[in-house]
Amino acid sequence: MIDRKWIGHELPASILAIERSRLQFFAKATGETRPEYLDAAAARAAGYGDIPAPPTFLMAAELDSGASTQLLADLQIPLAKLLHGEQSFIYHGPVYAGDTVTVRSKISEIYDKKNGALEFVVKTSRAVNQREELVAELRSVLVCRHE
Amino acid sequence: MSAPSFDGVKVGDLLPTLQLPPVDRTMLALFAGASGDHNPIHIDTDFARRAGMQDVFAHGMLGMAWIARLITGWTPQSTLRRFDVRFLGITHLGNAMQCGGRVVEKLEQNRERCVRIEVQSANQFGQTKIVGEALVALP
Repeated sequence: MIDRKWIGHELPASILAIERSRLQFFAKATGETRPEYLDAAAARAAGYGDIPAPPTFLMAAELDSGASTQLLADLQIPLAKLLHGEQSFIYHGPVYAGDTVTVRSKISEIYDKKNGALEFVVKTSRAVNQREELVAELRSVLVCRHE
Repeated sequence: MSAPSFDGVKVGDLLPTLQLPPVDRTMLALFAGASGDHNPIHIDTDFARRAGMQDVFAHGMLGMAWIARLITGWTPQSTLRRFDVRFLGITHLGNAMQCGGRVVEKLEQNRERCVRIEVQSANQFGQTKIVGEALVALP
């Protein structure tokens, strides 16, 4: 069982430099072929400051930094038992290639269902850019299955 | 297709569906690298089997990224205000996902004219894997 003492735990900040080549790779991996997601000039022509980070891209911050892996280790959730239950994004401002985004998260809830067969961890995050402007809020529900 | 406007959109309007090719291991390897999610359960069959799965399976966030493509294919990303999903089931190798969406409400939020869209993705057997909604502010 996941120790409830982790409710309120704050993860270390994760800093992600948004690189064009990574966004191009993300586009390839998701089948995205529209030019504004691949080419800076096309992105500018479409009204963006540079190639935009796609709507779900900011998850990369805590994956790259290792904060996600450390959280699972702290909570003693084996990768083999982990499922993603829900994911939300609220968008406050654009993120383009060339920006640097800092994501700060905390554990807001831990609860279980089915007499503990499923445990849920809710992580809420704020993402700011290099000017400390809030660009997004994220909410993730992780599920640990014990069966 | 031109971008939708608030006045031009009606409740019940359908977004053009997005059909994806069947999930294969190459896709999962590429998404692991591009997303930063290196969990071996998505890329290493031996690990997946030891975890009690039949085989590797798709990252939930790959399915969400596809639905994001559905939305931004309809209206520019700059109009997106909110995007929420629930993952209902595992997307297996061979599943060919189809993403769809429907306008369910027109509303004003934070002094912007917005529409709420219900979105979902299902495989070729009609099994829904992800449901969710998005809020977009339309000109």
